[in-house]
Amino acid sequence: MLLSHVVHTAATEVCFPSPLSVLQGEGPRASCGAGAGQDVGRSCILVSIGGKNVMLDCGMHMGFSDDRRFPDFSYITRNGRLTDFLDCVIISHFHLDHCGALPYFSEMVGYDGPIYMTQPTQAICPILLEDYRKIAVDKKGEANFFTSQMIKDCMKKVVAVHLHQTVQVDDELEIKAYYAGHVLGAAMFQIKVGSESVVYTGDYNMTPDRHLGAAWIDKCRPNLLITESTYATTIRDSKRCRERDFLKKVHETVERGGKVLIPVFALGRAQELCILLETFWERMDLKAPIYFSTGLTEKANHYYKLFIPWTNQKIRKTFVQRNMFEFKHIKAFDRAFADSPGPMVVFATPGMLHAGQSLQIFRKWAGSERNMVIMPGYCVQGTVGHKILSGQRKLEMEGRQVLEVKMQVEYMSFSAHADAKGIMQLVGQAEPENVLLVHGEAKKMEFLKQKIEQEFRVSCYMPANGETVTLSTSPSIPVGISLGLLKREMAQGLLPDAKKPRLLHGTLIMKDSNFRLVSSEQALKELGLAEHQLRFTCRVHLHDTRKEQETALRVYSHLKSVLKDHCVQHLPDGSVTVESILIQAAAHSEDPSTKVLLVSWTYQDEELGSYLTSLLKKGLPQAS
Amino acid sequence: MDDAINILQNEKSHQVLAQLLDTLLAIGTKLPENQAIQMRLVDVACKHLTDTSHGVRNKCLQLLGNLGSLEKSAAKDTEGLAVRDVQKIIGDYFSDQDPRVRTAAIKAMLQLHERGLKLHQTIYNQACKLLSDDYEQVRSAAVQLIWVVSQLYPESIVPIPSSNEEIRLVDDAFGKICHMVSDGSWVVRVQAAKLLGSMEQVSSHFLEQTLDKKLMSDLRRKRTAHERAKELYSSGEFSSGRKWGDDAPKEEIDTGAVNLIESGACGAFVHGLEDEMYEVRIAAVEALCMLAQSSPSFAEKCLDFLVDMFNDEIEEVRLQSIHTMRKISNNITLREDQLDTVLAVLEDSSRDIREALHELLCCTNVSTKEGIHLALVELLKNLTKYPTDRDSIWKCLKFLGSRHPTLVLPLVPELLSTHPFFDTAEPDMDDPAYIAVLVLIFNAAKTCPTMPALFSDHTFRHYAYLRDSLSHLVPALRLPGRKLVSSAVSPNITPQEDPSHQFLQQSLERVYSLQHLDPQGTQELLEFTIRDLQRLGELQCELAGVADFSATYLRCQLLLIKALQEKLWNVAAPLYLKQSDLALAAAKQIMEETYKMEFMYSGVENKQVVIIHHMRLQAKALQLIVTARTTRGVDPLFGMCEKFLQEVDFFQRCFIADLPHLQDSFVDKLLDLMPRLMTAKPAEVVKILQTMLRQSTFLHLPLPEQIHKASATIIEPAGESDNPLRFTSGLVVALDVDATLEHVQDPQNIVKVQVLYPDGQAQMIHPKPADFRNPGPGRHRLITQVYLSHTAWTEPCQVEVRLLLAYNSSSRIPKSLWIEGGEMAPQVETSIEGTIPLSKSVKVYIMPKPARR
Repeated sequence: MLLSHVVHTAATEVCFPSPLSVLQGEGPRASCGAGAGQDVGRSCILVSIGGKNVMLDCGMHMGFSDDRRFPDFSYITRNGRLTDFLDCVIISHFHLDHCGALPYFSEMVGYDGPIYMTQPTQAICPILLEDYRKIAVDKKGEANFFTSQMIKDCMKKVVAVHLHQTVQVDDELEIKAYYAGHVLGAAMFQIKVGSESVVYTGDYNMTPDRHLGAAWIDKCRPNLLITESTYATTIRDSKRCRERDFLKKVHETVERGGKVLIPVFALGRAQELCILLETFWERMDLKAPIYFSTGLTEKANHYYKLFIPWTNQKIRKTFVQRNMFEFKHIKAFDRAFADSPGPMVVFATPGMLHAGQSLQIFRKWAGSERNMVIMPGYCVQGTVGHKILSGQRKLEMEGRQVLEVKMQVEYMSFSAHADAKGIMQLVGQAEPENVLLVHGEAKKMEFLKQKIEQEFRVSCYMPANGETVTLSTSPSIPVGISLGLLKREMAQGLLPDAKKPRLLHGTLIMKDSNFRLVSSEQALKELGLAEHQLRFTCRVHLHDTRKEQETALRVYSHLKSVLKDHCVQHLPDGSVTVESILIQAAAHSEDPSTKVLLVSWTYQDEELGSYLTSLLKKGLPQAS
Repeated sequence: MDDAINILQNEKSHQVLAQLLDTLLAIGTKLPENQAIQMRLVDVACKHLTDTSHGVRNKCLQLLGNLGSLEKSAAKDTEGLAVRDVQKIIGDYFSDQDPRVRTAAIKAMLQLHERGLKLHQTIYNQACKLLSDDYEQVRSAAVQLIWVVSQLYPESIVPIPSSNEEIRLVDDAFGKICHMVSDGSWVVRVQAAKLLGSMEQVSSHFLEQTLDKKLMSDLRRKRTAHERAKELYSSGEFSSGRKWGDDAPKEEIDTGAVNLIESGACGAFVHGLEDEMYEVRIAAVEALCMLAQSSPSFAEKCLDFLVDMFNDEIEEVRLQSIHTMRKISNNITLREDQLDTVLAVLEDSSRDIREALHELLCCTNVSTKEGIHLALVELLKNLTKYPTDRDSIWKCLKFLGSRHPTLVLPLVPELLSTHPFFDTAEPDMDDPAYIAVLVLIFNAAKTCPTMPALFSDHTFRHYAYLRDSLSHLVPALRLPGRKLVSSAVSPNITPQEDPSHQFLQQSLERVYSLQHLDPQGTQELLEFTIRDLQRLGELQCELAGVADFSATYLRCQLLLIKALQEKLWNVAAPLYLKQSDLALAAAKQIMEETYKMEFMYSGVENKQVVIIHHMRLQAKALQLIVTARTTRGVDPLFGMCEKFLQEVDFFQRCFIADLPHLQDSFVDKLLDLMPRLMTAKPAEVVKILQTMLRQSTFLHLPLPEQIHKASATIIEPAGESDNPLRFTSGLVVALDVDATLEHVQDPQNIVKVQVLYPDGQAQMIHPKPADFRNPGPGRHRLITQVYLSHTAWTEPCQVEVRLLLAYNSSSRIPKSLWIEGGEMAPQVETSIEGTIPLSKSVKVYIMPKPARR
């Protein structure tokens, strides 16, 4: 007797080839600039699913300038080429902690397989890598770093994917991108082999902002959801209050003729704040100029203009009339503008006021209490940004100069990660069987893990660095059923009911990873085997002093009354049949008062046969 | 029907089956009375429910939903058919394998409800399960069903799973629908957010949860920005936000107590208002509005969130939230920091937003005098930035003043910049900002008798001036040492007792009663009355329509009398050429005025139309007589007479019902003589008409209940620019036109823009229907673009732009009359018979340059 449902156990493995650094507080994932002492994580996850190996993200750590900067790729495979071991590499978005090690990985370690990323990521990623390379090599003089040519060669291996496009990496492995918010072109990826699937979120944002929409995924029910958990223990306030405060502060300062400095990183929040100010200027019909530092930002803005389908509803709907990234009020900044009189707003890089243009402008403007500096994100300890935020009013600059800060200092947190509620919302949307938390602090993850297990009743993992998690899955394996068998079954019963399992008799033939369910006759024919008849016989002793015929008759009448829906017959030779089961009564050779009932049935009637025996063993009712 | 059922039994194709069922559905809905047929159809539908195709099952469920009935009695009558519980049958298909069938089942259930059948409460649990369906259309329909059930059984008790507690069904449903506000599909989110608004029975505890979102940072409780603002306000300090970490998290949270996914209503609106799609946000704002209207305490709580929505990126959302706020403004008082945010929106460049905000401020309660001051300052800022908002701002300040007299009182010296010892300079009386301040003060002074003591001399002078020139904004005040101007006007007297209305009535009656006075006296009386009425219209804006309407009518009459008084009728033909010109001009003017009366006033009733048409007929008669006397030869006269008689005939047809009211009038007499006129020669006709015109009496014009004169003002172009609009000749330049229309009915069809070029060339432009907006009852706003083009000019010159009202007199008259008459009048073919200028013309300086080669 075989069931049509076959359960197989397969395994999905997730490895972490490198120690995952952990993000502190509300830190920005710095994307460029001279990254001195930033505590930024480096994402790199290896997933083995259905025999396929996929590497998710290839990030770098900007806090180190030695070998710890890049993930330890020797962990993946001790010997042998990476290309042979990995089936593909997926990059979720262009932040350097998710793609920074890519040229090193593909050119210096050596990987020639496909690298998948979305189009905006493909466009912006090389700019950031080049910028980073320049700072690391040209300014700091680091050795053993990838070259411009390597970045170019690496980008040649990239395959672009569209949102919701299913890309067939090979015959079995397929990947699909979902919108993730966070930054332009950020995506979540579903990786699928057969019926097993894994969803990797990368970084994502569940609340829309001024230029990007919210992450969305369908009910794809993956076996595993790998989600970031930067804000595992935070529930954020409405974005509107923050925006309103920000606008109000800028507006007030500009109205009284002051200058506003907003130190930003070139990509991401900078564009959001630009849109925010641009629309506000438009709405309020303000005239004060807004400047944006040139260079990298200009290039990036160009790409933002091109990738309108990746932005939010408002920008997508209005871009026919006007592309929101074609700023009307925001112009390129020139060094000379910093000294010109009158109110203005300037976005300058880098974001933590530790070097470059933003620091220069800050030094010029710090002396007047009419001016204001707004820090839109987290600042690492030791930077000028951190000092002024913690209330320091006198700064020691290089050359023993002391800079007195009279200008107002404001802090605004604009961050594009999902908070605890957002993470829960995504888990609810995708309905995974298991959840794996990455990209966060262990302590915070512990809390979220507990919550996820409690609310969704799914198991949740939070592997440490270098740890491997192995999950067993119960994938359903498709089995072909012969039409003849199906029709026969259909004829027997009513229509199939989706809710109730049905028992089906047949033979499962497994032949070169091909499963078929056929009727036993056909199976015998195909395999060239002869059919064996299996018959069970059983003796039941009954205490009955009467003659054998009478006993048989009593058995007959008893069974007839009990088994109403079966065909019970009394044959002329004295035996009783129930369907195809034969019952014969004979006197016991030694004790004539005991009758022996011989019950015989075939394998197919096992159920009824055993029932009958047990029934008869209970004895016959006393004759009335 | 039998055929269809028969075919149904033998048909194999699923598509054909579905279509047949559709046919049966159509038949069934046409015969709502026939119970037997309905039962039979339901039976057929039940049979086909087990079909394998989703299309057939869909149709069956649709049929059941439309025809199935619950009444057992009906089932008994049709013996032989089993008593079927339609709801149970439909309910069974809630778990069908095809999502389309599941949707159809829910829809069928909703259809049953719409038809007035009471749904069982058991459906509730089934529907709740469907909320987690994979398909959005199923979830969307399920949300609706849950809402329906919750409205049917709000008070029944349902258990909470995994605990022993029980809650009211409506609360439970509310919680479930709230949960759907964070659904994955925006269609469902919109649906859920909309339905939340109509669940008014929900208990306040649950309602207030929807605005609650527990914030935390690193597992420590954090206060929301709203809470912080409130605290700062109550501690008397203004929000600084300047410190880093003034939002630093406070107390530790017990990890076990935090519930990240609330099963209840927690934060539903917080999510809804922050949604990605503006459709959801609008739906959430609407729902918030409806719930706040029914619960004052909730209104107080949702205020912060609504104020936040004023900064939404989509204008529609902003506008909607301002409107919402206005609707609930009776229940709320704005805190100062909230007012601050609200007022910031005054600088918005969209006029719609600003005007909506002015209306909001009209009915807002402000708590402190600083608030009033702030509002005034911001409104004045608004006024300098957008001078076109003048009227709206004045109106807003009028209400602001009359609502908060006690708060305005301490501000008066500062506002009027008076000084205890020194006389200050007298402000400029024409400054709109100064007028705005005065409007605020005078309206506050109406209920605050101590206030006038603070006024300086010139303020009293200005009061007198403003009371006269802006009587709709400045109320009558009881001023010390002055005549009691105010005694007459108190707000509670009805319009009939209103002295100005009485005055109107009396002057009109005087005119009508003195119709047989000597011509000289009549003329004088008419002239005086017209002057009085015009003045009255200027002073009392609510009577302006009536006064103008009557004045126009009297003017027509005056013109007619004057024309008939001319000596021309007595002198010989060669001498009266000049005079006849006058008479002709008079006739023409009367015609124009009658068209104005007919089409420029809203609220004109049929009895007025008769009088107007009668007046026009008289003008036509006058025209005929004058022409007859000046032209030689009979031939042209024949045609004219014929046409005139046709008009009379037409008049008779159209207004046959009103003829009894026109006793003794021109037309009455005319109709008496009609048989004679038909056969008479033109010369004779003219003679008869002449005598009749002189003898005819002055018809009494009954005043309509509500009458308003249509008017329009072009706000843009302002016509003040000295810089010509330069463009290459032969190409076009787009000119933005922005105008407000008052009391224009159906402006989409009748309002046109006219451009007059200096060479006399006139162009009529038809604005698109979408260019008209309707900001309030009786008000319209036209924002359109007019394309100008001309050949090259040597110098810049001005073109005139104005609005026209196109009319077509046949539009008022039913077409069938014309066809019956068998005469095709030329007017019917052209849709525009003529135009009336609606607004003053504005001059625009343009300069078409010759094209460069």
